[in-house]
Amino acid sequence: MAKTHVTMKVNGAEVEGLIEPRTLLVHFLRENLQLTGTHIGCETTHCGACTVDLDGMSVKSCTVFAVQAEGADILTIEGVAHADGTLSALQEGFRMMHGLQCGFCTPGMIVRAQRLLQENPSPDEAEIRMGISGNICRCTGYQNIVKAIQYAAAKINGVEFQEAAE
Amino acid sequence: MIPGPFNYHRPATVADAIRLLATYGDDARPLAGGHSLIPMMKLRLATPEHLVDLHGIGDLKGIRRDGNAIVIGAMATQHDLLASNDITQAIPILQETALLIADPQIRYMGTIGGNVANGDPGNDMPALMMTLGASYRLQGATGSREIAAKDFYQGAYFTALAAGEILTSIAVPIPATGHGYAYEKLKRKVGDYATAAAAVVLTMAHGKVATCVIGLTNVAETPLLAEAAANAVIGMALDAATLQKAAAAASAIMSPAADSRGPVEYRKHVGGIMVMRALTRAAARAK
Repeated sequence: MAKTHVTMKVNGAEVEGLIEPRTLLVHFLRENLQLTGTHIGCETTHCGACTVDLDGMSVKSCTVFAVQAEGADILTIEGVAHADGTLSALQEGFRMMHGLQCGFCTPGMIVRAQRLLQENPSPDEAEIRMGISGNICRCTGYQNIVKAIQYAAAKINGVEFQEAAE
Repeated sequence: MIPGPFNYHRPATVADAIRLLATYGDDARPLAGGHSLIPMMKLRLATPEHLVDLHGIGDLKGIRRDGNAIVIGAMATQHDLLASNDITQAIPILQETALLIADPQIRYMGTIGGNVANGDPGNDMPALMMTLGASYRLQGATGSREIAAKDFYQGAYFTALAAGEILTSIAVPIPATGHGYAYEKLKRKVGDYATAAAAVVLTMAHGKVATCVIGLTNVAETPLLAEAAANAVIGMALDAATLQKAAAAASAIMSPAADSRGPVEYRKHVGGIMVMRALTRAAARAK
């Protein structure tokens, strides 16, 4: 099969590649671009570990062909920190609230949560849980992930984070 | 989990897409959101030699009001549906249902056209489209035609779509002002297909059901209209006995498969419960 030339923007940088059309976006990111922060978990569109932001949408990059992303603007976990290398509010929230144990789901969780907070800057707990319902974590029981996102929302909104009583 | 090789085409017009599908025949598949097709390709259960990506076709996008109907482009996504003010105002049951489909990531990619055209009995929109009296616009090499959603589904993955045709849009008549509605879906977890689900659209007058349509998801090889169940409530107040009659009439036409979601009797039983819950919630919403 003929290879196809693709160009897209990933974390602000123009990238290109010559790939088979069957190349999945997650493989293009990990293998062609060496951006291995985006993880492959289930490979069956369930777990959300491979979530990236594509033109303002959270998508599971194991279920998108790279050729479908031609011309797209993509954000992966590698592009989340501030330009000076300091942690974003969400990254800081995951650290401060202990929002990870093994960390495998974390890149997908953070990229998904970033889109969620852009669409809804002050989500309540139920909205956060629905918002990350496409991302599976097998360690935390989600409680500290929800807190991490609440922490980030508070920080972005410039209000003091109040941890809910358990 | 790497799909078989294929050639990729991204036409800019419906005419070009249809020409490509006609040229490659059975070796080609149209690609909409891809969230049914790509998983099948990764499992090598589908091995098309040519994929015709419909994303580049502007005519297939958008949601617009057209007289007494809302016309949804086939490539509108579940996320687009949820973001549409026209839908919120006129046909909110479409949003209630879309929110129960898959998860946020999949709703950004999954299209309404793909959901209704694939013929998967687990998909939620087909029974709802039948309930709403929607019709589908199909376009092929020899022109376009309109078909009612209730006449479209012939069996699991078998539809009235002819070889080389694509579904281009869906026209959904706007229900009466003050109508009540509910989509009740029993599922094991976020992202699951329904163990059983029921859609209800009704109007009430003087405490009794004036008009009612009931649709059923994933309890047969095709979506179903539960006409006898609807007739059992029309002209009646929704008391416990009437609800039971409707549930029994609906269960009588269900023929679900026994699978990981439960044995046949269980799925028929909960299907009846979904009908009762949907009727009750719809009536409470009606004005």
